[in-house]
Amino acid sequence: MQNAADQANVGLPKVPNVIEMRQVCTRFGSHVVHADLDLDVQRGEIFAIVGGSGSGKSTLLREMIMLHRPNAGTVKILDTDVLTASPDEALLLRQRWGVMFQYGGLFGTLNVRDNVGLPLREHTDLDDRFIDEVAAWKISLSGLEPEAGLQYPTQLSGGMLKRASMARALALDPELLFLDEPTAGLDPGGAGGIDALVRRLAELYQLTIVIITHDLDFLWQVTDRVAVLGEGKVVGVGSMSELAHMEHPDIRVYFDGPRGRAAQAQAQTQDKVRPNHKQDKEQRWTQK
Amino acid sequence: MSQSDHMQTVLIPADITQSHTGTLVLGGNWTARTMAGVGQKLAALCDSNVAEVVVDGSRLETMDSVGVWILHRQFKEIRNTGRSIRLLDWSSHFLKLLDAVEKQIDTPLLMPPRESSLETIGKKGEAAWQGMFALLSFIGECAFVLMRIAPQPKRWRWRQVLKNIQIAGFDALPIIGLTAFLLGIVVAYQGSGQLKHYGANIFVVELVGFAMLREFSPLITAIIIAGRSGSAYAAQIGTMVVTEEIDGMRTIGIEPIDFLVLPKIIALIVALPLLTVFADVTGVFGGMIMARSQLGISYHEFLVRFGSEIHLSALLIGIGKSFVFAAIIAIIGCYQGFRTKGNADSVGRQTTRSVVQSIFIVIILDSGFSVIFSLLDL
Repeated sequence: MQNAADQANVGLPKVPNVIEMRQVCTRFGSHVVHADLDLDVQRGEIFAIVGGSGSGKSTLLREMIMLHRPNAGTVKILDTDVLTASPDEALLLRQRWGVMFQYGGLFGTLNVRDNVGLPLREHTDLDDRFIDEVAAWKISLSGLEPEAGLQYPTQLSGGMLKRASMARALALDPELLFLDEPTAGLDPGGAGGIDALVRRLAELYQLTIVIITHDLDFLWQVTDRVAVLGEGKVVGVGSMSELAHMEHPDIRVYFDGPRGRAAQAQAQTQDKVRPNHKQDKEQRWTQK
Repeated sequence: MSQSDHMQTVLIPADITQSHTGTLVLGGNWTARTMAGVGQKLAALCDSNVAEVVVDGSRLETMDSVGVWILHRQFKEIRNTGRSIRLLDWSSHFLKLLDAVEKQIDTPLLMPPRESSLETIGKKGEAAWQGMFALLSFIGECAFVLMRIAPQPKRWRWRQVLKNIQIAGFDALPIIGLTAFLLGIVVAYQGSGQLKHYGANIFVVELVGFAMLREFSPLITAIIIAGRSGSAYAAQIGTMVVTEEIDGMRTIGIEPIDFLVLPKIIALIVALPLLTVFADVTGVFGGMIMARSQLGISYHEFLVRFGSEIHLSALLIGIGKSFVFAAIIAIIGCYQGFRTKGNADSVGRQTTRSVVQSIFIVIILDSGFSVIFSLLDL
């Protein structure tokens, strides 16, 4: 059940795993969230984790980024076992990934540019003006106007907050980027912008991106592989078109029903008309 | 370039050398944490008069945004002096990064507008002035809502009031009692040394009685309650503002002042005088103990003199003041809570402000009362 994509790729050179979770068990009291869950994320892919509310997606993400300890199992991120890592190893690991939180997680007392510059100020000995310049670049890279850099998080709209949070996640040029609900609560235009942004960043920085999302269009347009959580396990992994042929009821909800069908139809017509739609979208973004 | 290998070991710092043909050879890791001193070295090496600067990227291990940014800045400078740049053996990934930086529109770094000290003073003064009006209008609003609700006993929120009395009053008994008790001991002890000199031991009763009843009990109770309950009011309402609970309350037709503020004011106006009386009792008791151990005045002797010499007015003045203090503390606490804007930091700031402001106003008023009462010969 686990590595549908791997089986399809037999013969191709094996891509190293960036994330390896083995037999992860998580319980809150008597409530079992994960029961012997296995998950692999390969280098360079855009990987989404989906599942219904309460299926343990967010907990899984928190376990990956060392905010929550599973009750059993192993979690290996970038070849470091996060459950046994020493404080120094953990610090090094934290500098190699970036996390974008659903509600931004930006510091309210700092303006956006200082928020983005903070990891650089903490972990490098570059001078202040230079850090400001790099932060301003990251802010514009994430699609914000330069003026937004001087604004405070409370002054930003939801979409801007997400972009600002993305800019901070990118501050140290991470190898691994975690995005929690990057398009939730955005208008279609804003969500489309995030789609293109994620694609572009993945290409520019050769990132591995792990995303938690419910956004069907996002799943079709952006992700390489998707893992569906259900019953405390991964019930299916694969590209969206592979998942479309699986029968598990937890997977079917993403394809049956009007929303699922609409997103699928949309993705397929785009493939027919412009096989290279992702490229196309990205260039439009750049011109802007 | 393998990203997984080098990260495990110690990173080779960024390096730049000039080959005998004049080509600049970049090497090592050009990343944020390994760039120390390379910027200057690069600038020095580029400071020549060659028409074409050749940059060899074949020995680069990695390069991140910071490295690219430093390089890009230098390239810009070279181009500005009319020289050109040729890149030799660069991996496509690094070229892409470099390209992304080139595309970044050359906007000068925006700086937050500086303001002169005069402007700062002006703005602060303006804010203080506005704040005073806002406080007055808040008091007015409270009075207005109170007037509207007063004739409808059904709409009085007894439960809220009682709960607030319990939290602000009853739960504060131990700390108020202990503090006043210690204060009574201190007053009696400090006085006893002086009184002994004149053989006026028995006057310790007047000392403790008047000091505690008129001044110390109301004041120390008000100060503790300002720190204990005033701050809690500000923090509670402030957090509710941040989480949009106040807005939610308004939209379902509940007046926040009616629901949150009035019960607190009424509860504190009830609780603080009672706490003051309790503080009077424990404070005088503390003084009594000290009088016996230091001056040999028995409890009986103390109480008899206390009854004959301390007038009821002393007690009533203290209690009267505490009514005013209660209103001040509750109003300032709630007012500062409502002034919260947006984030966690603001909640902290308003809470601090509520405590400092209410204690300050309480002490100012207390001195005002002293003047008035002495003019009235009370």
